[in-house]
Amino acid sequence: MSILSRKSRLVLKDPLINNNPISSQILGICSALAVTVKMDTAVVMTLAVVFVLSMSNTIISALRKWIPGRVRIIVMLTVIASLVILTDQVLRAFMYDISKQLSVFVGLIITNCIVMGRAEAFAMQNSPGRAFLDGLGNALGYGMILIAVSFFRELFGSGSVFGLQIIPQVMYDVGYSNIGLFVLSPGAFIILGLIIWAQRAVTKFEEI
Amino acid sequence: MLEHYLSLMTKAIFVENIVLAYFLGMCSFLAISKKVETSIGLGIAVVFVLTITSPVNWALHNFFLKDGALAWAGLQDIDLSFLNFIAFIAVIAAMVQLVEMILDRFLPALYYSLGIFLPLIAVNCAILGGSLFLVERQYTFGESTVFGFGSGVGFFLAISTMAAIRHKLRYSDIPPSLRGLGITMLLTGLLSMAFMAFSGIDL
Repeated sequence: MSILSRKSRLVLKDPLINNNPISSQILGICSALAVTVKMDTAVVMTLAVVFVLSMSNTIISALRKWIPGRVRIIVMLTVIASLVILTDQVLRAFMYDISKQLSVFVGLIITNCIVMGRAEAFAMQNSPGRAFLDGLGNALGYGMILIAVSFFRELFGSGSVFGLQIIPQVMYDVGYSNIGLFVLSPGAFIILGLIIWAQRAVTKFEEI
Repeated sequence: MLEHYLSLMTKAIFVENIVLAYFLGMCSFLAISKKVETSIGLGIAVVFVLTITSPVNWALHNFFLKDGALAWAGLQDIDLSFLNFIAFIAVIAAMVQLVEMILDRFLPALYYSLGIFLPLIAVNCAILGGSLFLVERQYTFGESTVFGFGSGVGFFLAISTMAAIRHKLRYSDIPPSLRGLGITMLLTGLLSMAFMAFSGIDL
């Protein structure tokens, strides 16, 4: 199977738009929203999830024939927890400031439903190559939403993007002011709600 | 002393509500809040498990994993804190199993009413989040017990309120693509705004 066959591309692309883990599968909303106040933390969080999800999917898929069905949850948790510990140590060593800002939320990737969900639903039935693509696609789909939410929160909440001031001083002189609500937690919920609405209106996805 | 605990508890329940301020336990919050009865069952189970796992994980961290915590065994220079995540998850899974067995033996009525929710709690972000927070904020034993209980009650309040709102929402005319997750997220935002009103309270 070539890595770029049509089917593989579909495995990678489907979770990005039509079957996005957050907006249509309702997986993995937990914890991650807390890191969307600033864009740089959201990007680092996305990278961490991309690494953990694609590696855990590959490893679990490679081991799938040797994992007994009755203890599979514990085996999955062990694989995921080890990968998260690795990520956390790397972040602490090379990006100390950002890892301080992410605080407990790197550790919470372990209980992020999306990682367990993909391991259970995809990696246990498919070959490592496809499981890797599926993990990558889902993590990117997840990261896309995360970065979109953080973009709006940072732009309207602090008037900046990646820490650079975007909204010019002239606007503030005229009377514009940052919307404090977007920095606080309600902002994240409301923006995510609106993004989900927009995305579902485009893909015509309807919940019963 | 009592005042300190009381203020910590109010903070954990209202001001820093684990769902509405820290986004923890969102998966089960969104998935289970469709029916009032089941959400109350899940809420009680979370209060139960958080109250037990927080002090146990506190003890584990302070007597085994913290930097220099193994001094009582003569191993001063050992720092096992990188094992926190995996150890906490193992404790939570074991505690959930234990609570399940005890309830089955002594309180079968409660056990049957909780049903499937007890085992599912092992992978609830709110439980692991509670344990990670008490390490980060360096709580004492008493504080972490109170914090665990308060966070559980906060989760219970949030999920039962949400279930009640969604119950009422069943007959309203919502645009098709906003139904389900979309409207629930918007409502959670409003609910979280309402809880923010408590942030002025300082005991």
